[in-house]
Order: sequence, then C-alpha cells, then structure tokens
Amino acid sequence: MKILVCISHVPDTTSKINFSENNTVFDKTGVQFVINPNDEFGLTRAIWFKEKNNAVVHVINVGLSDTESTLRKALAIGADKAIRINHNPKDGHSVAKYISNYISNNSYDLIIAGRESIDYNGGMVPGMISAFTDINFIDKCIDLNISGDSVEASREIEGGKENISTKLPLIIGGQKGLVEESDLRIPNMRGIMMARKKELEVVEVNKDYQSTNSKSFEKPLPKGEVTLISADEIDKLIDLLHNEAKAI
Amino acid sequence: MDILIFAETDDKGNFKKDAFEIASYAYQISSQTGGNVKAICFNSKIPEKLSDYGVKKIINSENDELKNFDAGIYSDCISDVFKSENCSMLVLSSSSNSKYIGGILSVKIDAGYVTNIISIPVKDNNLVVVRNTFTNKAFETVEITKSNSILAVSKNSFGLKENPTKTEISDFNFNISERRNKVSSIEKTSNKVTIADADIVVSGGRGLKGPENWYLIENLAEVLGAATACSKPVSDLGWRPHSEHVGQTGKPVSSNLYIAIGISGAIQHLAGVNSSKVKVVINTDPDAPFFKAADYGIVGDAFDVVPNLIDKLKEFKSVND
Ligand SMILES: Cc1cc2nc3c(=O)[nH]c(=O)nc-3n(C[C@H](O)[C@H](O)[C@H](O)COP(=O)(O)OP(=O)(O)OC[C@H]3O[C@@H](n4cnc5c(N)ncnc54)[C@H](O)[C@@H]3O)c2cc1C
Ligand SMILES: Nc1ncnc2c1ncn2[C@@H]1O[C@H](COP(=O)(O)O)[C@@H](O)[C@H]1O
Repeated sequence: MKILVCISHVPDTTSKINFSENNTVFDKTGVQFVINPNDEFGLTRAIWFKEKNNAVVHVINVGLSDTESTLRKALAIGADKAIRINHNPKDGHSVAKYISNYISNNSYDLIIAGRESIDYNGGMVPGMISAFTDINFIDKCIDLNISGDSVEASREIEGGKENISTKLPLIIGGQKGLVEESDLRIPNMRGIMMARKKELEVVEVNKDYQSTNSKSFEKPLPKGEVTLISADEIDKLIDLLHNEAKAI
Repeated sequence: MDILIFAETDDKGNFKKDAFEIASYAYQISSQTGGNVKAICFNSKIPEKLSDYGVKKIINSENDELKNFDAGIYSDCISDVFKSENCSMLVLSSSSNSKYIGGILSVKIDAGYVTNIISIPVKDNNLVVVRNTFTNKAFETVEITKSNSILAVSKNSFGLKENPTKTEISDFNFNISERRNKVSSIEKTSNKVTIADADIVVSGGRGLKGPENWYLIENLAEVLGAATACSKPVSDLGWRPHSEHVGQTGKPVSSNLYIAIGISGAIQHLAGVNSSKVKVVINTDPDAPFFKAADYGIVGDAFDVVPNLIDKLKEFKSVND
C-alpha cells in the first residue's frame, strides 16, 4: 500500500499572530512552525500502516524552502520520502490542484490530509483533491481500517458518528481519533539522523491555479473590560445576560 | 445574478436554523445586486418555510435515495441545479456536511470557494469578502477571481432576517449515481443539543476536579437548553468524550453564549471559542487569563456558584418562558 500524507506547515498553536507589509502578509518573525495538528494525527496513522502492513509513506507539502524543516520532521517520525512542490501556497484551490497533479503522475492507494489547517482554516483541500482526482472521500475521518482494498472507516457527524465501508483508492480529511494524542511521536535521535539521508524531492511548477486572492488581514479589536459580578449576586448576572447581552 | 442556497434539513425533514441564516444572507446580497435567491433541499416536509426569508424558488426533491447524506450524490445534485438554474453564486452554511461538500462542489462548478465568511460580499471588480482565519486570531479580506463563487457563511455571524416573499416550489429529476461510500451504521452519542447546533454552550475545565462533578455542567446546560463542552485536558483525561473538546485543535464554537467554568483560558482554548458572541467565565482565580477575553465574570468557586446559578435560572425560566 502506498500512502501520501499532505502536510501543512503552520504556526505553533501558542503563536501570536501579526502581519507585515501593510497588513498583507503573515509576519513569520519569531514564529515557530509545526506540522498541522490534524496532519500529525494522519501521519501517525500512516506510520502504523507502515509498521503493521508494510505500507510506504510519502509526505507532501506545497511551500517554499522554509517548510523543509517540517518535512524533515515528518521523515524523522518515519515517513519514507518527502515531496515539496516549490510554490508559495496562496489558496486552497491551487494547493489541491498541485497535489492532485502529483497524485495523477504517481499513483497512491491512500491519501491522508487534515480536516482543516489551523492557519488558513480553509477546510477545503481534501474535498478538492477528491474531485480533481475522482477518488472516494471521507471527511472528518476518526477511524480508518484497511484490508486489501476494502476500507472500514468512521466519520464524525453532528451528535455522533457514522460507520462507512468503501474501497481504495481513498482520500480522507483526518483529525484526532485516527490516533490519540498519546500516540503522537516525537522524533528521536536515530530518526533525525535517518531523515537526513531520505529523499526530499523538489517539484518545480510554473502554472498558477489560484481562484481566490488574499488582500489584507486585520486583528480583532482588543476586548473591552470584563464586567465582574460578585458570587452572591447571581440575579445580577441573569439580569445582564437577559437585558444587556440578550443571550438568554 | 441568481444565488443558490443549500438548505439543510434534519432527520425529520425540518430545516436547520442555518438554512434560514444563509437564506437571510443570500437575500441581503440579492437585494443589492438584483437577481433571485433559489434554494435546493432534500426531503423537506415544509419547504415553503424558506419563503419567509426571501427565497423565490425552492427545489425540493423528495426521494428516498436522497434521505441519507452522501457527499458525492449531494454535490452532483447541487451542481446540476446550480447549472440548470443559471446561478453564479452558491451559499452554504458551515455545518460539517456543508463543509464536506464545499470543496467538491467548487471543482464541479468551477467556483472560487471561501469558508468562515463573516461579511456580506462587496463587489469591487471581483467579489470581496471578509473571513475568520488563524483560528479566530485574525480576519482576512479575500477576493474571488472566478466568475462563479461559493460562500460558506460562519455560523451566527449574520443572524435571521425575515423577508416574506412569494415562492415557487418545484421538483427536480436527478440522475442519482451509485453510492461509493456505504453507510453501515450511525451511532448517536445522545439526543442532546450538539455543539455545532447550539445557541448556548456550557463548558467545563480541569477546575471541576473530576468526571463525577460533571452533573454541574449537565444540569446547567439542561436549564439553558445548551450543549456541553470541555477543555482539551478534560477529554485527554477521559473525563468527557473527545467530541466535546473545543478549541484550536478541537471543535470551534460560535454560539451566542459561551459559559466557561473552571477553564483557565489558554491561548489554544480561546482561539476556538473567540467567535462566540457573549462569554461568561466562572473561575476561582481572579488572574485567570480567561477574564481578559470574557464579557461577564464571576470570581468564585464553581461548586458554590453553579448550583446557585442553576436554581436562579430555573426561577427566571419559570417566569420568562
Ligand atoms: C498543541 C496544543 C494544542 C492545544 N489545543 C487546545 C484546545 O484545542 N483546546 C483546549 O482547551 N486546550 C488546548 N490546549 C491546552 C491548553 O494549552 C491548556 O492546557 C488547557 O486549555 C487548560 O485546560 P483547563 O483550563 O481545563 O485547565 P487548567 O489550565 O488547569 O485550568 C483550570 C482552571 O480552573 C480554575 N479552578 C480551579 N478550581 C476551581 C473551582 N473550584 N471553581 C472554579 N474554577 C476553578 C483554576 O483557577 C484554573 O484557571 C492545547 C495545547 C497544546 C500544546
Ligand atoms: N500547503 C499545503 N501543502 C500540503 N498540504 C496542505 C497544504 N495546505 C493544506 N494542506 C492539506 O489540506 C488540509 C486542509 O487544509 P485547509 O483546506 O487549508 O484547511 C491540511 O490539513 C493539509 O493536510
């Protein structure tokens, strides 16, 4: 089984978000980048397939050379090969198109993307890839088991879960549940050494597929002071929630 | 320019509240740009309800094969209607099913697709919208460079606005393909309100000390008709199911009211709940960071404050409901 894991390179969750160049670009100064959390769950699930079912795991990112540290981390965790599409990702549509083109030239049985990236929050790339490549798609996937080309999976639905049977090839939008937090792996020294020797293919592209264009960013206004209510004036809280906030 | 909305129904064929919100949103656009709002829905029992929100034409397909959601089939049907009704904009909610089909549809109808939208689009050569990004830590202004567009509206960012109108209701003859994903079973965790649907969310953190104390959260949620949620460590510890974990790496919350009890307000937690309208914090520590992000706060012990709040709310409800 050949698996491709899509890796989005995102600011660490503790990062303060700032913008530069007249609020048109994300300011990377002092920001630590990590594997998008949803992708980390997917990558770990892929490594399990490698360990238990001899799967081959490739990771792919659309990004400039600064994302290679994140790809190397994925290699250190256990992926066999990394691919970087050398392009500054401007929207979900172009990212999905580049990855789909790569999939069309290099066939995969399973493609794992994240349900959503924590920077762009598009929630769109996996669905677009499924449509471009015409392969089966499960979004919000929280459990995935494969034998032969048969897939038994679950997806989170509002208020529960849905169990699904389908066939490979398949793409999922993954999230926690594929594996748990405690299953995530920190690269060890040996993994880091081995990662240096693994292949990192850089693919050049010249066509642009953008369908949206980011114009500017803005930060939310600082919040006004909190209204503190004493613990023995609960009636006042209820009154404020009812009459002032109109929330109950 | 005609606008199509996908109006979602629940298991019983009733529209979800989101359906009325996106209808209101689409109507506002059409009143500025001209053209009509049309809706597609599957197995709606009372499709004419959409006419209260300005929808001129409703395509309601009553078909058992469309009863259960299927991303492939639903997106085929929606794209067929979009094309045959000569629409150039599709408006979606941000429910998980709508998000599931949004990306697929954007390829099928060759549209520029933007999610988490919080503003009415402005036409400036191209369509320009504002969206939430960086998990609610920032807003982004985005331009759509294709002639077709799909706008997924962030929940509760627009609200409901009634615009009663005369409506035509019709059916559509879909060519329904075979399901590629077969649903073998559905497991509902409970019949309670889900975080995604809830107007009010009551959330508990590690300050509640243990799962045996969750009756406080549940009882408060029950009085308010609210959904229950929790911080990440609470679900990691197994005190509550993972489906309740909210925050940057969990579920986003954009309810009208968010009540946080015994939650410190770490940046990853706040990122996921920032877009809730009104936030109430109950915490023993006056320096808990959550107070800086809250609208109303009580410095106090949850084990004293919450039972008291439940009693007072019951009194309030008996007078006001
Ligand atoms: C990569 C990453 C991603 C993360 N993603 C998320 C996420 O999505 N969501 C999330 O929630 N967290 C997330 N976290 C964890 C986050 O950093 C915090 O650790 C977490 O939110 C703290 O949970 P808490 O507030 O329940 O617990 P604590 O920080 O332990 O806070 C407990 C609070 O309860 C108060 N308290 C104690 N006793 C009482 C009482 N009797 N009555 C009232 N109050 C009381 C205390 O004063 C304290 O403020 C993430 C962390 C990382 C590293
Ligand atoms: N630049 C990128 N390179 C590789 N994969 C990406 C990239 N951007 C997004 N993805 C994948 O698509 C998922 C959803 O991203 P998004 O649609 O931006 O929310 C992510 O979790 C990744 O798996």
